[in-house]
Amino acid sequence: MKFIDEYRDVELGGKLVAKIERLSTRPVRLMEFCGGHTVATMRNGIRQLLPATVEMLSGPGCPVCVTANADIDKSIALACLPDVIVTTFGDMMKVPGSYSSLQRARAEMADIRIVYSTQDALQIARDNPAKSVIFIGIGFETTAPTIAAAVLQAEQQRIENFFVLCLLKLCPPIMKVLLDLGEIKLDGIVCPGHVSAIIGSRPYEFIPRDYGVACVISGFEPLDILLSVAMLVEQVEDGKPKVEIAYRRGVKADGNRQALGLMEKVFEVSSADWRGIGIVPASGLKLRKEYERFDADQAFAIEMKPVREAKGCICGDILRGVKTPADCKLFRRVCSPENPVGPCMVSSEGACAAYYQYGVDYG
Amino acid sequence: MCLAVPVQVVSIEGNEAEVDIGGVRRRISIMLTPEAKVGDYVLLHTGYAINVIDEAEAQETLKILEEIASLGDEAE
Ligand code: SF4
Repeated sequence: MKFIDEYRDVELGGKLVAKIERLSTRPVRLMEFCGGHTVATMRNGIRQLLPATVEMLSGPGCPVCVTANADIDKSIALACLPDVIVTTFGDMMKVPGSYSSLQRARAEMADIRIVYSTQDALQIARDNPAKSVIFIGIGFETTAPTIAAAVLQAEQQRIENFFVLCLLKLCPPIMKVLLDLGEIKLDGIVCPGHVSAIIGSRPYEFIPRDYGVACVISGFEPLDILLSVAMLVEQVEDGKPKVEIAYRRGVKADGNRQALGLMEKVFEVSSADWRGIGIVPASGLKLRKEYERFDADQAFAIEMKPVREAKGCICGDILRGVKTPADCKLFRRVCSPENPVGPCMVSSEGACAAYYQYGVDYG
Repeated sequence: MCLAVPVQVVSIEGNEAEVDIGGVRRRISIMLTPEAKVGDYVLLHTGYAINVIDEAEAQETLKILEEIASLGDEAE
């Protein structure tokens, strides 16, 4: 397919690897922030192809994985209310909360429907006027404008029974948190391609400026990733960290102004609860006052039991790049995609699921 | 989750477009990319076009990749 196959050329890939080998004279540690990059890297065996000087770590860029147990519990509690239909992206179904999962709640007769798009959730609301339809709004900046668009449409079309549980999170602020924590020393970040399609390259500029860490925005095909790694290694070797875009066909420096405008109209910046990190100020989005009536959190009263974390699961450490799935005692033995203990094994972009599927048992 | 794939716009009707995904037709929202035209490739994420693909930049990146590859040949 166009804009895909060209970036999968094996011969060119080999030459890029050779270029990286020539460029790289000292050890560099890079983080691929985005779960999509983790999967692409594993699927194509890129970590094994790279020279020993280049180390790659997975980051927190998987919206399902970073959703805190408290928010999973809340989604399940909402689904158990009478006359409610919960709509969600499929990846959320199997994520274990403190006591149950959406999948289990559905088996126990809760009306939970998997949707591909917020458009589908809106349609379910139109088709079921007697029910309240709640969309579980997880995602980063890539997904936020699609939720904003749905809210605006619901308002325009007077769809009164549509609600959003807003769990949206922002990438640059959490990168700052990781850098401030200082648990891992990074030389460069492979920045998320589709988050950047919306926000552009400017929001990352503080990273090279204040932390001396190189940033390259990458696409998701193997050549995209190899090109980004080559650019990062070059920046580190030159000692001149900056923000570069390797994924120029999809990302502009200013991002997508239309999408940013809709986001700005519907949401304001708020704190967010990140798995493994905790509540971080100014790292998420909530509905503005004008759109409060769509907020499931305010529209429905639910009772919450105390939050519990799965014993032995180290998803939090993995999301911060401090540990790898291979460090988890439960990995493969107890925890598998069929029987996931934590969200990193559930999500198609979770690090544990990627390690499991592609048979990688080392860091 | 932030997955997006390139698809080609076949027709447009208001805020919606019909796109071709490897031979399969599908309706998507172009609320986020009002500039999209028939024939354009857009990045499709959860039923929405999130950007129009810049063909000139795509060519440029391929050129850069070819250059890197040919530099490799010289050095070896
Ligand atoms: S392998 Fe399972 S239990 Fe271990 S960190 Fe990953 S998700 Fe958690």
